[in-house]
Amino acid sequence: MEHIRTPKLENVRMFDKLTPRKSMVGTLYLSSTHTIFVENSEARKETWILHSLMSNVERLPTNPSGSPLIIRCKNFHVYRLLIPLEKDCVDVLASLARLSHPERYGELFCFSFNPNLDKELREKAWAFIDLKAEFIRMGIPRNLWHATAANHEHRLCDTYPSELYVPKSVSPAVIVGSAKFRSRGRLPVLSYYHRDSSASICRSSQPLSGFSARSSDDEQMLQAIMKSNPVSEFMYVVDTRPKLNAMANRAAGKGYENEDHYTHIKLQFIGIENIHVMRNSQQKLIDVGDLVAPTMSDFLWGLENSGWLKHIKAVLDAGVFIAKAVAEDGVSVLVHCSDGWDRTAQACSVASVLLDSYYRTIKGLMVLIEKDWVSFGHKFSHRYAHLDGDPKEVSPVMDQFLECVWQLMQQFPCAFEFNERFLIQLHTHIFSCQYGNFIGNCQKERRDLKLQERTHSLWPHLWENRAEYTNPLYRTDHSQTQGVLKPLTTAYCFKFWKGMYGCAEKSVTSQSPADCLNAVREESQQLEEELSTHQEVPRETDAGQENCRAEGENFRGEEGDQEVV
Amino acid sequence: MELSEHIKTANVEDVTLRRPFHPALRGTLCVTSHHLLFSDRKDEDSWQLLILLRNIDATEKSVENLFGYPRAVGSSGTITIKCKDLLVLQLEIPGMEECLNIASSIEALSALESVTEMYPFFHRPSHLTLHGPWGLSSTEKYYKQTERLWDRWRVSTVNSDYSVCPSYPHAVIVPREVDDEKLVQSARFRQGGRFPVLSYCHHRNGMVIMRSSQPLTGANRKRCKEDELLLQAVIDGSVLGYIIDLRSTQQAQQARMTGGGFESKSCYSHWKRIHRHHERGKVLQESLIKLVEACSDPSHSVDRWLSKLENSKWLSHVHSALSTAGLVVECVERDGHSVLVHGSEGTDSTLVVSSLAQLILHPASRTLTGFLGLLERDWIQAGHPFQQRCAHSAYSHARLKQECPSFLLLLDCVWQVWRQFPLALEFSEALLLRLAQEVYASNYGTFLCNNEQERCAAGVKENTHCLFQSLLSPDIEEQYLNPLYEPTDLAIWPSVHPQSLQLWTGLFLRWTEYAQNMEEAREEVWSIVKKHRERAGPDRTNNTPSTHCDTLTPFENLMDELTIL
Repeated sequence: MEHIRTPKLENVRMFDKLTPRKSMVGTLYLSSTHTIFVENSEARKETWILHSLMSNVERLPTNPSGSPLIIRCKNFHVYRLLIPLEKDCVDVLASLARLSHPERYGELFCFSFNPNLDKELREKAWAFIDLKAEFIRMGIPRNLWHATAANHEHRLCDTYPSELYVPKSVSPAVIVGSAKFRSRGRLPVLSYYHRDSSASICRSSQPLSGFSARSSDDEQMLQAIMKSNPVSEFMYVVDTRPKLNAMANRAAGKGYENEDHYTHIKLQFIGIENIHVMRNSQQKLIDVGDLVAPTMSDFLWGLENSGWLKHIKAVLDAGVFIAKAVAEDGVSVLVHCSDGWDRTAQACSVASVLLDSYYRTIKGLMVLIEKDWVSFGHKFSHRYAHLDGDPKEVSPVMDQFLECVWQLMQQFPCAFEFNERFLIQLHTHIFSCQYGNFIGNCQKERRDLKLQERTHSLWPHLWENRAEYTNPLYRTDHSQTQGVLKPLTTAYCFKFWKGMYGCAEKSVTSQSPADCLNAVREESQQLEEELSTHQEVPRETDAGQENCRAEGENFRGEEGDQEVV
Repeated sequence: MELSEHIKTANVEDVTLRRPFHPALRGTLCVTSHHLLFSDRKDEDSWQLLILLRNIDATEKSVENLFGYPRAVGSSGTITIKCKDLLVLQLEIPGMEECLNIASSIEALSALESVTEMYPFFHRPSHLTLHGPWGLSSTEKYYKQTERLWDRWRVSTVNSDYSVCPSYPHAVIVPREVDDEKLVQSARFRQGGRFPVLSYCHHRNGMVIMRSSQPLTGANRKRCKEDELLLQAVIDGSVLGYIIDLRSTQQAQQARMTGGGFESKSCYSHWKRIHRHHERGKVLQESLIKLVEACSDPSHSVDRWLSKLENSKWLSHVHSALSTAGLVVECVERDGHSVLVHGSEGTDSTLVVSSLAQLILHPASRTLTGFLGLLERDWIQAGHPFQQRCAHSAYSHARLKQECPSFLLLLDCVWQVWRQFPLALEFSEALLLRLAQEVYASNYGTFLCNNEQERCAAGVKENTHCLFQSLLSPDIEEQYLNPLYEPTDLAIWPSVHPQSLQLWTGLFLRWTEYAQNMEEAREEVWSIVKKHRERAGPDRTNNTPSTHCDTLTPFENLMDELTIL
């Protein structure tokens, strides 16, 4: 509270997002976590803006009607306020500048957020996603792969989870040797096992090969990974960086695998640009969304110039390459970039979504994010600027993953259990710091922060509200739901994600076909229930009613699937 | 010359057919006066492809062994057929002479000039009879239905012999107080005799949308008292009307040099003129050609695709058409003024804008019957020169004459509205796609000729069937209905922000894999809604036809209706 100079301001004007000419007068309140605007109108409409979601607060020069203040948020919402007195505006700006840039973890919203759960429920909530169970679900053959305790207490690699899955045939010495030969100790470990082809996706950081260094342990490790897939005679090493970047890394004693040293590997570069290029690209995209009254050409030119869709395509291309190798060719893949926590996470998780229909369900996507991103040390707090820190560490890595999923949803409208709203909700929570899931940069840090005791988990909260996030077109037995997705990656398939970036245009469409369909479905179900209770009373069933009921049971069976936890 | 004389080779065996995303097929190719028939005879289940020759926009042939060895063994040729509905096919024909014969037949028969030789005059499906009412709507019907008109407006048959305006229908709606003599004078003062006539009367406030061609003021600023009186009678005592001139101010000024012009403030003191620039004619046609070219090359990078999309300017034209329609709606609905829309000839962008405005304003024009009726009145009877405009589509190498995709632009705009208000229109995207195809090549007489006068002379009503009537027949109507339709009485204002407008993938990417998944999604929507209707009982299923009908692809559709050949 010490940062709030003026907790309440009267006669503040908030401008309408859609029609900037319209505005509402109201009162502005500053709390320690939120800025709240309450309209003076009858409805007393409230707008709550979370401080941790604010990315930038800007004061424009004072004009005769007051001092304008623009609040830009990390989920691309923009709020425009007019504060009557310049002095007040300066105060608000100073408060918000500090409140939106917490300096210590302890200041984050998740540590004060209290949804009134008792201790037991909180623990249960944190156990909602169980990664051990996920590796069992994948059907890992116990004779070929096993969990190693080599990283117990994060001895081997401080950014990896404590439990790692490696080929059963490698000795502890090889594991340690391989970790030593990899940047930050991020050795090759299993990310996804594809039961149908027995090929796997493994992930690591770049090898410390420089121009000539080699490690027999690391070579043995790759050999073992290849051999864990009994049917194939080689494996791919997918370096998700542009080849030039990978080569440049050799000068720093890093680089990529030398095909002469590693037998039976095929090296493939994909060319996803680094976090700095992506950050700039997204900024340009946001600027396009911000344009005032652009022409069609301004918009398309801006979209092209941002390069954003080109980068999205690169990430999806990486996923498609890996999925094809694993599912069609039955070849295992090792994926890495430099550190193996940004592009590698993107490529592995996109490939997993393509390969496994489970990851296209609500629960499955949660599991995937927990596995490929949270547990494997994607640096959430750095990338999404949870704390005031180095702006060069910030980059929209997760944004791109979620967008790839969205682009896939555009191509396969029936293949995903969740809808666009779910992705946008996830995106918001990655930044919001309301729940503990995405705080910190790796498992070790989260453990040290005692997040499970001090904060709450997002997943059960989303799960409880899953009705809101369900795609009405999803059906478990639909052809699009089954098997491996093979998306087109032709340029014309990539669209501007209006729901995410076009906030200025939101809510223009009052009618959503998805909502309508959901309503139809719900009503159907209710009618069905009414019908069946109706039928249970009188025992006389004629043929027509039999039919009706039989069909109805099918229908309910289908719905019932979604309720299984 | 008899049509059959164009056919030198009627049948070829062992032809290979290649279509996008289908395996190549071998079969027999057959050329008739109006069709190209390919049938693949595999014992029992034969598959046939039937293409109206009129649908073929361009053919490209490549013949091996063109010089040297006549009738050499193994000589063959390939004909690439590019259809007006954007499908591209390849036929490999054994025998170079046969190949050349077929190609020349296609070229001659696809470009018939005489209307009465065209296929609609020969199309005789068994379930339809020729004698009966033709069409859905007319000036008189509209007048009868619109009670608001009865007081101040009348139906004039001044044009019953088409001498006042050759491109107008025999009956038009004009202010009651303006007699036919004044209309004749006004017609002399308007290009092509297209004097201001009523297109729409707003059911809420009685304000009207008029349309006409430009006034012939010329360099000497000529006036026409009767024309001024006519427009004065339109606003009848109210203070103001708007003239939406679909040219830039500069273009309108320049038009005076060639005898055209605009309504000056001094002569039409109660009318306020607003200029909005719209492209027409050749520019629009070239825009379509560029867009189709961009869509047909899947190898483009994202950057190149976006730049080609921008460069085609197609979406910019969609943007301006929707914006100006929005402007008209604003004048009529929000400000309560009458509007006169015109460009130069009043046969293209004028019709796009006035019919879009009606779709936005008038709930009745958003039903299937209402929309088709609107097209009939505002396009076919209003004298859009379909034959000239749709002689060729995007692939033709022929020198452009009067081709212009105004109608396609309208359909695209309607699609944008449909996408933004998925529940507000009773018809489906399939209807728009069907219309986009029929307008270029059809079994029906609806889109033949350039105006009512020509249609009368050719005996279209007596000798062909009406497309719109056939679209409403109960067994095929369902595929053209929107399962989610929920009528709304409000005006549906589309967003014209560039990020709200999209490429019409259903049309422009129709023959790609992309369209396949969308089709599946549409089926899924139908199946959910049907399930619901079955449960909800008969009282809620009033607009569902009882017979089930799978969505047919256009070709199968043609097959279905082909009974004589």
